[in-house]
Amino acid sequence: MAELPASLSYFQNAQMSEDNHLSNTVRSQNDSRERHEHTSERRRRGNSGPLSNGQPQGNSRQVVEQDEEEDEELTLKYGAKHVIMLFVPVTLCMVVVVATIKSVSFYTRKDGQLIYTPFTEDTETVGQRALHSILNAAIMISVIVVMTILLVVLYKYRCYKVIHAWLIISSLLLLFFFSFIYLGEVFKTYNVAMDYITVALLIWNFGVVGMIAIHWKGPLRLQQAYLIMISALMALVFIKYLPEWTAWLILAVISVYGKTQDSTMVWLVNMAEGDPEAQRKVSKNSNYNAQSTESETQDPVTESDDGGFSEEWEAQRDSRLGPHHSMTETRAAVPELSSNILASEDPEERGVKLGLGDFIFYSVLVGKASATASGDWNTTIACFVAILIGLCLTLLLLAIFKKALPALPISITFGLVFYFATDYLVQPFMDQLAFHQFYI
Amino acid sequence: MTAAVFFGCAFIAFGPALALYIFTIATEPLRVIFLIIGKASEGLKSINPDETAPSMRLLAYVSGLGFGIMSGVFAFVNTLSDSLGPGTVGIHGDSPQFFLNSAFMTLVIILLHVFWGIIFFDGCEKKKWSALLVVLLTHLLVSALTFISPHYGINLVSTYIIMVLMGIWAFFVAGGSCRSLKLCLLCQDKDFLLFNQRSR
Repeated sequence: MAELPASLSYFQNAQMSEDNHLSNTVRSQNDSRERHEHTSERRRRGNSGPLSNGQPQGNSRQVVEQDEEEDEELTLKYGAKHVIMLFVPVTLCMVVVVATIKSVSFYTRKDGQLIYTPFTEDTETVGQRALHSILNAAIMISVIVVMTILLVVLYKYRCYKVIHAWLIISSLLLLFFFSFIYLGEVFKTYNVAMDYITVALLIWNFGVVGMIAIHWKGPLRLQQAYLIMISALMALVFIKYLPEWTAWLILAVISVYGKTQDSTMVWLVNMAEGDPEAQRKVSKNSNYNAQSTESETQDPVTESDDGGFSEEWEAQRDSRLGPHHSMTETRAAVPELSSNILASEDPEERGVKLGLGDFIFYSVLVGKASATASGDWNTTIACFVAILIGLCLTLLLLAIFKKALPALPISITFGLVFYFATDYLVQPFMDQLAFHQFYI
Repeated sequence: MTAAVFFGCAFIAFGPALALYIFTIATEPLRVIFLIIGKASEGLKSINPDETAPSMRLLAYVSGLGFGIMSGVFAFVNTLSDSLGPGTVGIHGDSPQFFLNSAFMTLVIILLHVFWGIIFFDGCEKKKWSALLVVLLTHLLVSALTFISPHYGINLVSTYIIMVLMGIWAFFVAGGSCRSLKLCLLCQDKDFLLFNQRSR
């Protein structure tokens, strides 16, 4: 399951109509309303901010080079602010996941594994367990690759309706079925007596409003809240159904593998570039948009573009999670945009965009740390800080190197390093210190 | 143990640090980044060309606060989470004020880290090696004092005295003076402390 979100987030970040951003990057986009006349060129040449993928594909490059420099400055200027704006949703998602893990025992109980990780980890020898976890991770990664190829093929042959239908079904599943399970488990934990009619009413309202907020229009904050909830739900399912070593292996491989997916994404983007219809249908909702409040216009185009987590994302997740989904669609690139995309580039370019996969993986890492670490809160907090440090460093590196960087590897690497270091080295030490109340 | 103990100790230990964070750092995204990363770099300066570059004193304060919060959190958070569970404090003859003492100790450690950060950075900049040495020695002293652990009274009182001394020293190192303190307290100060730092 882990590999799908990674590839998904790559794809989701590819806002093909505007820029050729292909990886899980934290992009800070500048407010470019004043350059509306260059919108089409800018779109084709990609977002000019140093934090974004600088793949110019337009043919009016000479004309817009000056704009590029101005864009860069503005992007740099907004960079710090937008990264901080990302901290809030990332923290919220992690808080939700950790709070659930700590209180609802369902998500730490072992109830079998998914079909994507068929090898069990309850083996007699350590070597066998290692082998099984490597095989599990390999299967997951290959499923991701297959899904990517499938998505590319579907996209190439313009089976947009298939993709779209798939997205809708996936988000339906996630918003209704998984939240129903979550609600049920929370009630069980707190021993709340509840009747089915009330639950049906609650879930119905939650799901329908979620579908509207994500796929159509809704207040930005509501969209963001739903996306955070969905990410948290996904992360919880990953934490529950992935066995220990497999999960860590998948996290490690995903952070590395993500980078190598650029070529596939470049190809896909190139395909879309030459296809105006595809461009129109590109998912603008692929990323969580940390929008500042002043960018919340009443422009319906904006709202359909901003705030949406990619439905593809949900599709993929759902496909991974649901055992009855035989087919997983890695990245549907085409939620339909009812409004004209051309008019909406400026609002879309505002704000930092972080892929949904990043949210999920950060939360999986922190959730696993809180669920299984002997260090308990020390390890959880260490992983949380590590991920934030990774985000900050990604911003710094972007400012220094002035090209797109994936957001996943640095944070996940730090997270993993901090997890194991804190759990095995720091925790025993701090435990003894705290026991005797020694302060160092 | 009750929720009152949990919340009380949590706020004792982390209240001032949280207040410092909310009032001086949370409003400035760049300072938050400093807090997380812990050191400035030229790259960060380029991120905000319009604003004044962060001064070294600000950096010292932020990194001191960051270190203090992390050390306080790591020392105290597991104890805090235990205080929500069942149990009787000191049932085997230990001090029943275990949580309270730990909370106050955590608080003083956090504040000490802030002051040490300011003094240390200033000492490094002005090459005052005596300042560095004193910071190091007081740190060791405070830690050593905690080793006489069951006697919380001496431990806490002496650490608080050291904290007050360090605070006064950091205040003068950071550029304060008796006159500016008077102006600030009487609300006659036009440039309020951190909000108008000039780059150094």
